[in-house]
Amino acid sequence: MIRDLQVDRLKAPPTEPQAGAIVFDCDDVGVYYGKAQALKNVTMDVREHQVTAFIGPSGCGKSTFIRCFDRMNDLILGARVEGTILYHGQDLYGPDVDPVEARKRIGMVFQKPNPFPKSIYDNIAFGPRVLGMRDDLDGRVERALQHAALWDEVKDRLKDNAYGLSGGQQQRLCIARCIAVDPDVILMDEPCSALDPISTAAIEDLMASLKREFTIIIVTHNMQQAARVADRTAFFSVQLSDDGKQRTGVLVEYDDTTKIFTNPSDKRTEDYITGRFG
Amino acid sequence: MSAETTAAHPVAIGKGRDSERFFGRLFLFYLLFSLAIGFTMLAALLIKVLIDGIPSLSWQLLSAGPSIDPAKAGARPAILASLYIGALLIAFTVPIGVGTAVYLEEYARKDRWYNRFLELNIQNLAGVPSIVYGILGLAFLVRGLGLGRVLLAGALILTLLVLPTVIVASREAIRAVPDSIRQGAFALGATKWQVVWKQVLPASIPGIATGSILALSRAIGETAPLLLVGAVAFVSFNPTLLGSFTALPIQIFQWIARPQDEFKALAAAAIIVLLVMLLGLNAVAIWMRNRYQQRW
Repeated sequence: MIRDLQVDRLKAPPTEPQAGAIVFDCDDVGVYYGKAQALKNVTMDVREHQVTAFIGPSGCGKSTFIRCFDRMNDLILGARVEGTILYHGQDLYGPDVDPVEARKRIGMVFQKPNPFPKSIYDNIAFGPRVLGMRDDLDGRVERALQHAALWDEVKDRLKDNAYGLSGGQQQRLCIARCIAVDPDVILMDEPCSALDPISTAAIEDLMASLKREFTIIIVTHNMQQAARVADRTAFFSVQLSDDGKQRTGVLVEYDDTTKIFTNPSDKRTEDYITGRFG
Repeated sequence: MSAETTAAHPVAIGKGRDSERFFGRLFLFYLLFSLAIGFTMLAALLIKVLIDGIPSLSWQLLSAGPSIDPAKAGARPAILASLYIGALLIAFTVPIGVGTAVYLEEYARKDRWYNRFLELNIQNLAGVPSIVYGILGLAFLVRGLGLGRVLLAGALILTLLVLPTVIVASREAIRAVPDSIRQGAFALGATKWQVVWKQVLPASIPGIATGSILALSRAIGETAPLLLVGAVAFVSFNPTLLGSFTALPIQIFQWIARPQDEFKALAAAAIIVLLVMLLGLNAVAIWMRNRYQQRW
């Protein structure tokens, strides 16, 4: 049905999708920036050891939504999250939850690689140091870099400034930095949008191996990328208000990746993935 | 095809209008003239000072105290006091200035009126004439607090004078650190304090240091506020924190006011010393900026 989409590259569902435990359980989540509503009525769950992808056109609120999971929206003046997000059954926005504590468990990789202006070693060691994980720091740094498939490329120049790395290496460094604090979940907000195809492939391979230990949520502009890496995919779209002035993101469809790309149940999803819109 | 094209465009590229080229040259001449005015003034000043001062430049100028006999007079207490004031100035301004800048850039909510009010006032303070600070120092520090006409009062009033400059420079350095660095650190579970202390401040140190050194070199050359808080010209002992004091610009000012030509020559020599100190500080600032500048 969708010839453009290289269906042969799609994986069969690797695990029974309902098998993993629920990590995030979102119920009627809405996000406001000031008075403008950026996202509304999102109800979905994210399962353990799966890659969950958010796709959709620009302005559909997918980046806004991913930033709810590590409470990064708290840093934006005027941002407000409604509804509930349960993290392993605990209300992530409950009064007794410190956003700093939440971020220790839920790491994030950003759109543009953002290494710290320090050595490669100190980039990785920063997280463990601020979280007080000081035992065997060298070993922790090495393991994180190996996990991110970067160790062999940088092991002889750990003291060099991280800005000397290529864009793809910098992004893998950011993934390693995130892994170094033993998170439970890794959020990736368009991690490959600033990278060349070879670096992108390296990071996609990485995701496939990382999901054995972590739960991964990825926002991507690139539908083929979602088709390649994700077990489940959520399609977001933009809804115009009645007067046409306000654009609010909505969750259109959320299902197994294979189903979304081969047999979507919503017309809007089909239009988007066949390239008729977006 | 080519023959046809050539035939259709027989005219070669022309010379352009003479009047346009004339105005272009005139404009360039005006720019060079503007540059020359500033440059020749500075050069004339430097050459005059060097001619007048070099013969009197001697070890005695640095080692001896003031004297009514120009042959025995030196500026040691003044030089030491200027260095002393400079050290105190850095010790006072950097912690307060950086603290203020960190608050305004990292903690202050920009949508609150009092924060905008604070910002506006700091910018205004940077434009207040130094003599006004001198009056404040006289009224508040020397008389109000009863500190007296002492070196500490001079250092404190110069601190107030350059504080706005240090705050503005530090804020710019902090603002230059991209937000992605803060976000990256927050995402790892760092607290606000850790983000500021371990990422933002280390990354902005070069800018803060450069700004502070330039502020220091401005303060070292200041005369007016020190006159008002009671720097005296004739101090024959080494300066102490709570003793009466002089400073190099004050010493120069007093020597120039003397009728004897020998004192005028001494003043020129002291100006050379002051210039060397200031240019040295500026050179350090430029070196630091080039050496540690972070390109994002």
